[in-house]
Amino acid sequence: MPPLPQELINGVPINAYLGLSAVLFTLGVAGFLFRKNLITVFMCIELMLNAVNLSFVAFSYKHGKVDGHLFTFFVMVVAAAEAAVGLAIILTVFKNRQTLLVDEVDSLKL
Amino acid sequence: MDVILFAIFAFLSVACAVIMIAQKHPVSSALSLIGVMGSLAILYLLLGATFIAAAQLIVYAGAIMVLFLIVIMLLNAGEEPKPSHQSLIARLLGAPLIVVFLGALGFIIYISIPTEETKVTFAAAKAGSAEDVGMALFTRYLLPFEITSVLVLIAILGAVVLARKEME
Amino acid sequence: MHHLWLIPILPLAGFAVNGLWGKRFSRSTISTVAVSSVVLSFLWVLKVLSGGVEQPIKETYFTWIQSGFVNIPFELAVDRLTAVMLLVVTGVGSLIHVYATGYMAKEDGYYRFFAYLNLFMFFMLLLVMANNYLLMFVGWEGVGLCSYLLIGFYYLKNSATTAGNKAFIVNRIGDFGFSLALFLIVVQFKSLTFDDVLRGVQAVPVEQTAGMITAICLLLLVGAAGKSAQVPLYVWLPDAMEGPTPVSALIHAATMVTAGVYMVARSAALFLKAPVAMDVVACVGLGTAVLAATIGMTQWDIKRVFAYSTVSQLGYMFLALGSGAFAAGIWHLVTHAFFKALLFLGAGSVIHAMHHEQDMRHMGGLRKYIPATFWSLACAWVAIAGVPPFSGFHSKDAILLAAHAHHPWMYWVGVATAGVTAFYVSRAMFLTFFGDFRGHGHPHESPASMTVPLAILGLLSLGGGYFNVPHYLEPVLGAAHEEHPFSLVAISVVAGLSGIAIAWFLYIARPGLADSIADSLGGLYKLVHNKYFVDEFYFATVVHPIIGGSRSLLWKGLDAGLIDGIVNGTGSVARRVGSVMRRFQTGNIRSYAAWVVAGSVAVVVILGVAGGVR
Repeated sequence: MPPLPQELINGVPINAYLGLSAVLFTLGVAGFLFRKNLITVFMCIELMLNAVNLSFVAFSYKHGKVDGHLFTFFVMVVAAAEAAVGLAIILTVFKNRQTLLVDEVDSLKL
Repeated sequence: MDVILFAIFAFLSVACAVIMIAQKHPVSSALSLIGVMGSLAILYLLLGATFIAAAQLIVYAGAIMVLFLIVIMLLNAGEEPKPSHQSLIARLLGAPLIVVFLGALGFIIYISIPTEETKVTFAAAKAGSAEDVGMALFTRYLLPFEITSVLVLIAILGAVVLARKEME
Repeated sequence: MHHLWLIPILPLAGFAVNGLWGKRFSRSTISTVAVSSVVLSFLWVLKVLSGGVEQPIKETYFTWIQSGFVNIPFELAVDRLTAVMLLVVTGVGSLIHVYATGYMAKEDGYYRFFAYLNLFMFFMLLLVMANNYLLMFVGWEGVGLCSYLLIGFYYLKNSATTAGNKAFIVNRIGDFGFSLALFLIVVQFKSLTFDDVLRGVQAVPVEQTAGMITAICLLLLVGAAGKSAQVPLYVWLPDAMEGPTPVSALIHAATMVTAGVYMVARSAALFLKAPVAMDVVACVGLGTAVLAATIGMTQWDIKRVFAYSTVSQLGYMFLALGSGAFAAGIWHLVTHAFFKALLFLGAGSVIHAMHHEQDMRHMGGLRKYIPATFWSLACAWVAIAGVPPFSGFHSKDAILLAAHAHHPWMYWVGVATAGVTAFYVSRAMFLTFFGDFRGHGHPHESPASMTVPLAILGLLSLGGGYFNVPHYLEPVLGAAHEEHPFSLVAISVVAGLSGIAIAWFLYIARPGLADSIADSLGGLYKLVHNKYFVDEFYFATVVHPIIGGSRSLLWKGLDAGLIDGIVNGTGSVARRVGSVMRRFQTGNIRSYAAWVVAGSVAVVVILGVAGGVR
């Protein structure tokens, strides 16, 4: 149940951060499902990654250890690499098909 | 104080995220995403993760999003047209699934971690400075560190190969 | 150590050499290898027997099967009965091998023929030298195989391959009976060795009605009937004449068909304890003798006449066995080997001279053209007709006397059949060698490789009666019947001579008379000429239903329907499942994403229901 005002003097409950992370993640999923532009879809993926980072850091605070921070660090590194390669792929797709719409990249159809 | 800052920036991040997925033009989406990332950096600071906050701003907002914007402008991506042929599954199940997803996640969070337990204040952060992260990174997490450097190398090679011009 | 194993191994070596490399050898090399392997085997038999065989010689080489209480060694033994068989098989076999080098000189597949012939010798020698029923069965089956291979030797002729199949299949029916008998012997005597069985049966009382021993003996009779062409399993032997003539002489006159007689004689102790079975044997033998003799009267193909004659003479041997005169049956086996092999080889010589014409209506007056063949065949003629003092008379007489002692009516039927025997053989001789030449072309005499064996066999047919075989076999088969009532002997001689006389009358004195008699007998003649329609009967009642059943039930029903259905059905099920699952692969990225989200929602919900992540 949500915290009462006097309790809030002490600080933000950890659940709030986690809830925020969940909301951001869900928004990322929604965007991934509903957007048509390839690049926008990719950006929603980045949003999801960020939400997860937030929840890692929150848990790291909770346990008082630094491992969560490190995990976040690695996620960032991988996200950077992934963004580079992914955007290169998008460039190639655009060169070959002249379209950036998700629905039109469907040649894996059986 | 912590509460007020948290409220402001949480609201900001959610608002930017909503704007991001609602905008028609990709450049607007990208700019909103930068807004999300900035708010998240502040939230990291509130959690005492100073190193991560800095890394977020430098790597994510500074490098990755700039790369996104370059590619958007390179490809001259315009506004999205009307829907052409959509997936039936995505249309039918999409919205209900999202709602259910959010609800389930929230439910798990609230039953796993009672609200009274941990309170977050900036002063109470026990670890997260650059010194702590550095110590752990180069001692306990040395192997993943080295491997990720190889990973970055591969990504660079991949990107170069994929994006170069066709050889005549 | 007499090294008994050499006797069968030498022909086996001949088979191996000729079979593996014969294609590259010259004809003389092939014949040398083949003939010498059999001759050497014969010489070794003489050497082994030179020391006398009052006591049986046994040599065990290794244990073949050891299973529970059944212990079957690979054991060869030679006693007097085996000695007689060995001499016949290797001796007559050598003569026929020599003859075949001349007869088959111009045929294709020369090496294949001699390889099969040597293989046959190996199996036959294994059969007679085996000291237990199972090893004998190995030889038994092996000679059946070689018979099939050699009958179908001219494999491009449809009739030859069909005849080979027929021989093998009918033999199989007999083998089935033999196998059942083996099972019962194991159950009753716990062993298959001759010593154990034949000694063990001494302790069993004589069965007056049907019992275990009778069952064993009747099943052994089934096996013998298949191999030795008795009623009702004789139908393969006349068709077996499709094979080359040396094959007919060796396998279907002298050796393989006598295996059944040998087997019953070897099991004499068993049969003596089951009088019911002995009566059945005697009746089967007598019935076969009569049936085949009557058919032989009406056939035009010279080899067919002799084939039915073989069936008939084998019937005589079984009559002897059934009447308790086992030694007399073996004696007739020996003399029959001489004169029947001679008859077949002589027929081969005639066919060779007539350029492969076999119908006697196109022969005639050949004694001017091929005198050597004629005089040799004449020796066989008088032997088989039972003219004293030649070999056939002695052995057939012993059989008839034993039959008389057993059941007098059998003697009278046997005497009448002896008359018919003399008649049909004389008919064949008169039609072929006397009268006017009705054929075309110019007959020529056969080479020495063929006429010398004929001459040797001729001498044996004449004088073979003086090998007193029953006396020799006394230690093994019991005392011979000593009475020779003059009246009975005289009656059988008169029957034989009258048969010759009637044939002379019908075919030399009044040539057209035979045909007019045949016409006036009309339906009866047709019945006999068509072999009593036995083949047609078998085809309608047995072969046709089996083929029909196999085709409709087993082929279409089981194989095509069930098994193919399962296999094809599996395939079509897989295909249908695949075509349903294919709809998932739309290529649309967003539908994939939607499925991923659905899956993760499911995981999260389950996690929540399971109580969180504590």
